[in-house]
Amino acid sequence: MRDVAVIGMGMTKWGELWEKSLRTIFVETALLALDDAGVNRIDSMYVGSMSSGVFVGQEHIASMLADYLGQNPIPSTRVETACASGGLALRLGWMEVASGISDVVLVGGVEKMTDVSGYEATYALSTAADQEYEGYHGITFPGLYALIARAHMEKYGTTREQLAMVAVKNHHNGSMNPLAQFPFKITVEAVLNSVMVADPLRILDCSPITDGAAAAIICPVEMAKEMGKPVIKIIGTGHATDSIALSSRKDITWLEATYQAAKQAYAMADKKPHDIDIIEVHDCFTIAEICVLEALGIVEKGKGGVAAEEGITSLEGKIPVNTSGGLKAKGHPVGATGVAQVVEIVKQLRGEAGDRQIKEARTGMTQNMGGSGGSTVVHIFERE
Amino acid sequence: MSTPSRYWREIPQRYRLEANKCETCDAKFFPPRLLCPQCKRRDLVPAKLAERGKVLTYTIIRVPPHQFADQAPYAVGIVELDDGVKLTAQIVDCDFEELKVGQRVRIEFRKIFQQGESGILCYGYKFVPE
Repeated sequence: MRDVAVIGMGMTKWGELWEKSLRTIFVETALLALDDAGVNRIDSMYVGSMSSGVFVGQEHIASMLADYLGQNPIPSTRVETACASGGLALRLGWMEVASGISDVVLVGGVEKMTDVSGYEATYALSTAADQEYEGYHGITFPGLYALIARAHMEKYGTTREQLAMVAVKNHHNGSMNPLAQFPFKITVEAVLNSVMVADPLRILDCSPITDGAAAAIICPVEMAKEMGKPVIKIIGTGHATDSIALSSRKDITWLEATYQAAKQAYAMADKKPHDIDIIEVHDCFTIAEICVLEALGIVEKGKGGVAAEEGITSLEGKIPVNTSGGLKAKGHPVGATGVAQVVEIVKQLRGEAGDRQIKEARTGMTQNMGGSGGSTVVHIFERE
Repeated sequence: MSTPSRYWREIPQRYRLEANKCETCDAKFFPPRLLCPQCKRRDLVPAKLAERGKVLTYTIIRVPPHQFADQAPYAVGIVELDDGVKLTAQIVDCDFEELKVGQRVRIEFRKIFQQGESGILCYGYKFVPE
């Protein structure tokens, strides 16, 4: 297998982009990535999208997006594993380059979520849960994570304030990210007084509904060196699944798919959790970041809440988590999220992250999760 | 809106709590499975769910999906039944303030929601505190 590097990335300002269609959002972003890489020809592309069919009534978007990017007739593949679609697009692109089938591959993700009402968007997201045995009983996505949160609080003594501190940290980081949907700071009091969505989770525990896309260009490391590009190598990748119904899991507070995907990525990269300098994790809800850090082995089981409280995961902490602002502040256009995590890690490892730059960051990790944890994709990157 | 067949085919589970089990692993499955995920055995035998259990975790849904709009706020929990099967459903006939993890509940047959003005009335199981 060939070593693979990320040589280009692109992301536009995220938010409620009423004036822009799905295809426009994607193509604008993909062009930024192509320009950043300095290429105008790609061999193949993968696009993560969770639910373009429900959000904009358009399936078959892989070919449509290749067309509008001026790349027909190259092969173009849409990837779907709910909110982990973008991360999986990178993994499939990596496979294609590593195997020698293609040299230059675009991996992207896109979601256009504001063309439908809030009710319909909530429904679209809920399709990532078990429709017959969870959705049928009126559970929502915030509801599923609320079930995890309550169980975590009961089992480990995690506090309501610790949950809030995750959101406060991520908004602090996001305030320095001009592309974030909500680039401003919030306080613990603001979180604790915000509207209740599904007890104990409040609106400021939840990632928002967002329009947006992200893209990256990957190629063999040798080619990247010939092109004189900063080489950000993909040194580990992992992908694992679990039951999509939360109730079917042995331990409701434990993200087994994240644990398994990380185990694969650590083994491939020959790294341990303490070797990682920065991480972008899937904080779709504050409790998610807490459980993910435990499953990644960054903190002990049950200590995810304490990590936020003690500042271990802040910009100045031992291991900064979600320097981009995370899903919470940056936004969460579902299919794009996994690729946007890669964009942030590449920016950090290149030293292009502006005010939120982590000095001496050399090894970075992304963790992108689908549903209530039914799928996870993990990648580890290193600057040469 | 789905055809009635989608609703009709789930009736054995929603009305009668029909599960199945693997006699090798002594594991019960709900909904029934075609093979045991542990030992891969395929000749699983019919079984019925226990009708009592305890609340493992719960939430109060305040922003509901549209077909539940007239019911919010309502409680949903994951209950571990006395046979070890874990199940997600609404917890009803209770004061939210008094709900707690570990609470004993039993399953009752109730209306879940209706598909608009002229669609199917959807029934199934809910939990009621004991």
